[in-house]
Amino acid sequence: MKQLNAEEAKQICDRVLGMAKADECSVTLSGSRNGNIRFARNSVSTAGLNEDRSLVVTVAYGKRQGTATVNEFDDKSLERTVRRAEDIARLAPENPEYVPMPARQDFKASAEYVAATAAIDPDYRAEVAAHAITEGRKRKLVTAGFFTDSTGFQTIANSKGVFGHREYTGLNFTCTARTEDGRGSGWVTRAAVDAQRFDAREAVDVAIEKALRSVDAKAIEPGRYTVILEPAATSEIVGRMVNAFGARQADEGRSFLAKKGGGNRLGEKLFDEQVNIWTDPWDKDVPVSPWDTQAMLARRRTDLVKNGKVASLDYSRFWAQKNGVPPTARPGNFIMAGGTQSLEELIAGTKKGVIVTRTWYIRMVDPQSLLLTGLTRDGTFYVENGKIKYPVKNFRFNESPVTMLNNVDGLGKPVVIGGEEVPYQMVIPPMRIRDFNFTSLSDAV
Amino acid sequence: MERRTFLKIGAGTAGTLLVPVFGNAIAAEELLNPLASSFKKSLADTAMDAAKKAGASYCDVRIGRYLNQFITTRDLNVESVTNTESTGVGVRVIAAGAYGFAATNTLSPDAVAGAARQAVAIAKANAKLQTEPVQLAPAKGVGEVSWATPIKRDWRTVPVKDKADMLIAANKAGLAAGASFMTANLFQVNQQKYFASTDGSYIDQDIHRLWAPINATAVDKASGKFRSRAGLAPPVGMGYEWFDVKPEHKIRAAGGVTTLYKGGYDIVEEARNAGRQAREKLTARTVDPGKYDLVLAPENLFLTIHESVGHPTELDRVLGYEANYAGTSFCTLDKWESRQFNFGSKIVNFVGEKTTQGSLGAVGYDDEGVPAKRWDIIKDGILVNYQATRDQAHIIGEQESHGCSYADSWSKVQFQRMPNVSLVAGKNRLTPDEMVKDVKKGIYILGRGSYSIDQQRYNFQFGGQLYFEIRDGKIGQMLEDVAYQSNTQDFWNACTAICDERDWRMSGSFFDGKGQPSQVSAVSHGTATTRFNGINVINTGRKIG
Repeated sequence: MKQLNAEEAKQICDRVLGMAKADECSVTLSGSRNGNIRFARNSVSTAGLNEDRSLVVTVAYGKRQGTATVNEFDDKSLERTVRRAEDIARLAPENPEYVPMPARQDFKASAEYVAATAAIDPDYRAEVAAHAITEGRKRKLVTAGFFTDSTGFQTIANSKGVFGHREYTGLNFTCTARTEDGRGSGWVTRAAVDAQRFDAREAVDVAIEKALRSVDAKAIEPGRYTVILEPAATSEIVGRMVNAFGARQADEGRSFLAKKGGGNRLGEKLFDEQVNIWTDPWDKDVPVSPWDTQAMLARRRTDLVKNGKVASLDYSRFWAQKNGVPPTARPGNFIMAGGTQSLEELIAGTKKGVIVTRTWYIRMVDPQSLLLTGLTRDGTFYVENGKIKYPVKNFRFNESPVTMLNNVDGLGKPVVIGGEEVPYQMVIPPMRIRDFNFTSLSDAV
Repeated sequence: MERRTFLKIGAGTAGTLLVPVFGNAIAAEELLNPLASSFKKSLADTAMDAAKKAGASYCDVRIGRYLNQFITTRDLNVESVTNTESTGVGVRVIAAGAYGFAATNTLSPDAVAGAARQAVAIAKANAKLQTEPVQLAPAKGVGEVSWATPIKRDWRTVPVKDKADMLIAANKAGLAAGASFMTANLFQVNQQKYFASTDGSYIDQDIHRLWAPINATAVDKASGKFRSRAGLAPPVGMGYEWFDVKPEHKIRAAGGVTTLYKGGYDIVEEARNAGRQAREKLTARTVDPGKYDLVLAPENLFLTIHESVGHPTELDRVLGYEANYAGTSFCTLDKWESRQFNFGSKIVNFVGEKTTQGSLGAVGYDDEGVPAKRWDIIKDGILVNYQATRDQAHIIGEQESHGCSYADSWSKVQFQRMPNVSLVAGKNRLTPDEMVKDVKKGIYILGRGSYSIDQQRYNFQFGGQLYFEIRDGKIGQMLEDVAYQSNTQDFWNACTAICDERDWRMSGSFFDGKGQPSQVSAVSHGTATTRFNGINVINTGRKIG
């Protein structure tokens, strides 16, 4: 896959825009090379490399819209794709909520591309897996994991003057270590844009240590506990809350941010005042695309929660137009402010509590209160007088992030986390939370 | 893991491009021209020859053309119509005792031969870290055969306008009946799959699936309360005749609380019921937590089966291949070897199969060319078998695969996926209304709600769409804030009654995720209405801020 630069990409986009006969036309051109290696049972199970390019053409005749895609870039293929999009648009019913495409945007580049990550090759991937496998064998553990890296570009353009080009890299690694008898399990996750900030040995050692420490977990009664949540344990919980910041849902009365009697809760203090969450496409730790591809709008640094108050809501272009406010780009990352304490220092300051490494199978129980259920997994420990006393069995929790973020007892130093089921790159601190609601025990290790 | 996402995030770890999960967009009329079998056979032979020359001891070739359309509506608006296509070739080999896989979207002899050689090179590289060689169960080549989902009406021939009008009519009915907001979607899938292997098989299949999920939301602005009711009708392995509903396709739920569907679907009637019931949920009585006898309709129990029976009996999970992601299983090999592991009560029988007409899992052959079959997984409450592919059969002493191999795309490697896993109907004549008569304090639950289970499939908490109190043998008022919690083995041992064949029907999961990189598959689960005694019910109502 050839990594196109801005000039090469612009030429293709301009050709496509020039072919369109519809009222409006937009183009998204992208290409990526994704490498991966998967291992389990102390052996590599699959390894692969996928390379692909794609051109998405969307056109509109009035309020009728059509989309077509192609992965060939000769003039004939481009022409055919534009005509297909126009055919679909003519067949599609009118959408009364269609909003004309946005005009020119200013996109300030994010530092998303690092050559060291783009240089990752099969040997590098094999070395990551081999380290986990050999260390696992050495410590009489069974390891399983997945490493994936990506290098790519994306270009957007439309007939109203929008143009943006970005190049990016990234990697993700997860590893599980289990004792041979299945009585202990540990896990680790790492995400980075820059491969030089990823250390497979450091990561694998975390999973191994957790696995060895988690053997012979004791059952303690479910109930409300002070918990020390590692960043990975809260990433999906907080991520689901950030997902629910849509202005339309709130205004229509079908969101936790809907106001009794009508309207939304923008500006209301819903969380502990220590809680500050914002999105920033240019953050040095989690740089993401400076635009929202679907809306073709520029992203900005935006406070979502400021000193515990709801600081902004997402306005789609339709809802913004209807309400006479500027539309917002959907965020690609979020950052939660923390403190200066390490995880160990947070633990040391805990009289009685439970440490949670990872959460699992989180699902919405009640969107009215944002009540979520899920389980702990791969390393849950009991703390007394600042020391880890023993591993405990896993719990099911029923908790709302809104309640959780009202019970903040301490925040540690934030770290980078990649989302598994939520579409964000995140920086999240370890947190100590009061009265976290564990509702039952799980026998799963 | 049951995943709800209809869209996935593309463009790598840093990207935010929303792309359809199915492939690339194309015009509808192009969907009706299949690739010629002779062309596919020629390509497959080229790939297999190249693989053998490069040193493969085995090779299979999958040529896929996946054609789909989804239509999204909200209230009285059509939000989007998307046609997608994905075509290409995946080549899997065994060389030096290890697997290798490569894929190309170029349908030329050079490209497929190149992919085959690349697959062999990958296999040889993987062999260095391999602990034991791949061992395939014998599979006799079936020659040149074909299979197709027995459809009466092809969705590809139905005008988009007719479909959009149907969805809008459903939304209109829901709004008129009390919903504040309605959505109705239509997912239509056609998989043209060609499989060839060095065992001597050339299998051409044409597979169709449909799903039309609806959702009604009622809002009471004065109190700030809102409640939703999703559709209860299943996704199906049928053609567009699914919407040609006849009176015999309608089923009266216990106590007549709503209408359910089997073999045909009245989406407008269902939307009307959903709108009314979403409004009723706003004033339903909140449940008192405690132990209840649960009467679970198939529209609820299917997903409990999927999570607590389907996933833990996947052999790859049992062995540890999903340990880093979807998890392992409590159904360990020693429990199966004992032939005494008490999975459920004596009336509990589960079968795995890919043969039931109209189901999501129905195919003629799996993605290793193994003919579809039916087998026992739980027999009289005892764990007797798993779900296996060709490379797993020897581990459980089987002479042939169960036919559980599947890949969601030509570009992904096939691996072990769940077949239809179904609870066998009760042997004694029993209707849902008769079942309810025996319940003093219980809850009747319909529809899929919030689902969560631990990574070894012990502890679960499941919700639903509709909850009705059962008191002294009669169905009473609607309840809300209900979720049931249990341990899988305790739950299935609390199974005390299963309605008979007359009430047995299938529901299903359209987007079931597994693997790294994740792949989705579709699968149905059949059951009749079933009773579980003394199950813990919690109240999920909460107040915030």
